[in-house]
Amino acid sequence: MTSKQSYHVSPSGHYGDFGGAYIPEMLYANVEEIKNKYIEISNEPEFQAEFHQLLKDYVGRPSPLYKANTLSEKYGANIYLKREDLNHTGAHKINNTIGQILLAKRLGKKRIIAETGAGQHGVATATVCALMKLECIVYMGAVDIERQAPNVARMKMLGATVIPAESGSKTLKDATNEAIRDWINNAETTHYIIGSAIGPHPYPDMVTRYQSVISAEIKEQIQEKTGKDYPDYVVACVGGGSNAAGAFYHFLHDDRVQLILAEAAGKGIDTGHSAATSILGTKGIIHGCMTLLMQTPDGQIVEPYSLSAGLDYPGIGPLHAHLITTKRAKVYAATDDEAMQAVLELSAAEGIIPALETAHALAILSKMDLKSEDNVVICLSGRGDKDLNTYLKYIEEHKIEL
Amino acid sequence: MKSIRQTITDKGQNVLNIYFTAGHPTLVSTVDIIISLAKSGVDLIELGIPYSDPLADGLTIQKSGEAALRNGQTISNIFAQVKEARKSTDIPIVMMGYFNQFLQYGAERFLKDAYESGVQGLILPDLPMDIYQNEYQSMFEKYHMEISFLVTPLTSDDRIHLADQLSSGFLYVVSQSSITGKSGDLSDTQRQYFQRIQDMKLTSPQLIGFGIHDKKSRMEASQYAHGVIVGSAFIRALDGSQNVKETIKDFVGGL
Ligand SMILES: Cc1ncc(COP(=O)(O)O)c(C=O)c1O
Repeated sequence: MTSKQSYHVSPSGHYGDFGGAYIPEMLYANVEEIKNKYIEISNEPEFQAEFHQLLKDYVGRPSPLYKANTLSEKYGANIYLKREDLNHTGAHKINNTIGQILLAKRLGKKRIIAETGAGQHGVATATVCALMKLECIVYMGAVDIERQAPNVARMKMLGATVIPAESGSKTLKDATNEAIRDWINNAETTHYIIGSAIGPHPYPDMVTRYQSVISAEIKEQIQEKTGKDYPDYVVACVGGGSNAAGAFYHFLHDDRVQLILAEAAGKGIDTGHSAATSILGTKGIIHGCMTLLMQTPDGQIVEPYSLSAGLDYPGIGPLHAHLITTKRAKVYAATDDEAMQAVLELSAAEGIIPALETAHALAILSKMDLKSEDNVVICLSGRGDKDLNTYLKYIEEHKIEL
Repeated sequence: MKSIRQTITDKGQNVLNIYFTAGHPTLVSTVDIIISLAKSGVDLIELGIPYSDPLADGLTIQKSGEAALRNGQTISNIFAQVKEARKSTDIPIVMMGYFNQFLQYGAERFLKDAYESGVQGLILPDLPMDIYQNEYQSMFEKYHMEISFLVTPLTSDDRIHLADQLSSGFLYVVSQSSITGKSGDLSDTQRQYFQRIQDMKLTSPQLIGFGIHDKKSRMEASQYAHGVIVGSAFIRALDGSQNVKETIKDFVGGL
């Protein structure tokens, strides 16, 4: 059962109307080099062997697919959690940084830069840099440095330099701008490890390929558990879209699988404090790619809002823009409050404290129309350790009895 | 009105193009700055369209853009300001912005409004050359809009030739692989790069920009091209200014 539309990147770097590489000439040589080499390098047997060995022995893959019985009962369907939270460093982000650090080494780069929102990608990048003995600089919005303090401390312990981004809303978008400027200034020595399925071609595809191990494992694990090699639904939260892209990848052309994205509504879609890009966004260019983004009629990028630092991004990866506009994927939005409810629920019901980003994927279960025989896989993209300060503050402010 | 290219080739050397952000330091200052720059003997003006996310720009231009946006600057207002300035001067004006701004305003509407207000050229650093060629070149020609593409020390010879061939204004020679606003003396590597481009005998006149900030850097760079573009250094001068006209006279006089 395959669909006619292609959801893979075209040779020119496009997903339907989205994608491409809209970059200043200063970055052309670097992006072109990666574009010409990433597939060849990633497919080398030696690269593949090293990549999979590290995923197994260092990251701890395969990550389990866990049948959540209490949630299944509550939502009246078979709910499985793909436990990316159990990866080394606590989220899916490390799948991509392992891939990109191996690429960077083969490109002869000596210096690594990254942007980070929640700090999970920053930690995952600092980790692989420590492992491979490469210099690491992480740009992080000043607001995010405040709300994700434990991850800032981890990055520093791992030897990275964390540089605050002070422009704009001082969050993920601004950290990405600063990382791109650094890359322009240090193009020859530096590889930029982008942390989501965003940016100029070939980044969205490269990140998706490295993350696609998630859906490759889901396919095998769901077969073991249900006798079918596909679930009825795959659900993932979307900031830029890397965990969603990885969880969807091997099901993109399988129409039996419904692809569901959970985006951050913030305080509510119409409040002016939201990051619900699929609804509030229009077609335009952000960080070198054509996609859906929140902007004014004059093309100024609008500052997003979400309590969750990892979803606080005004754009969405071009693959997802294509999946959404062709209706291959369906999007639901969850507010800060709904996500917090889901955090509390999963903690009590299954003994798992999820990341705040991930909680958005759990929060939309009640909005979906599920049947008792449905097999639903939720990408549990990360664990909640980094968010404890936010959780405790929320619990206190809302006088929640634990 | 003379074209940008004609203006540069007629003068032949030591051409001075000054960049500033439209709407900074104040919303209404744009017209006065254009007129004062023209009077002070500048050859071309590069008018920056303030942008929320200027990826290729350093802190000075970022901050001036933020200020201009806070002041309420919009693209249509910039066109109105150029129209107003055109009553007093016919100095060639090139606008510089990011591709998303051009797209959201509407490509054809942008070119038409720019042309009708008296803008002669456009620089969109993140507009890929192939997309320009396939989708926009004829539209630019229809509205007599001169485009300038950028080359950097990392640009291959083939791409330099392509940028030269596609540029209808000047070829923007980015002096170093960096964002705007760096200052410092020219290095030997930079001189070799300028020499390499000069030796290519290109068709488009060339202006060197990024990091040109004083008389010394201007004079040195001008030996290798038709002239230079000065941006961040001028914006810094405007920032500390009590009297824009005096500041401009002194700043341009000092170059
Ligand atoms: C745990 C977790 N999930 C999801 C995200 C969102 O990113 P993406 O959409 O690329 O998966 C982040 C980003 O920081 C994260 O830390």
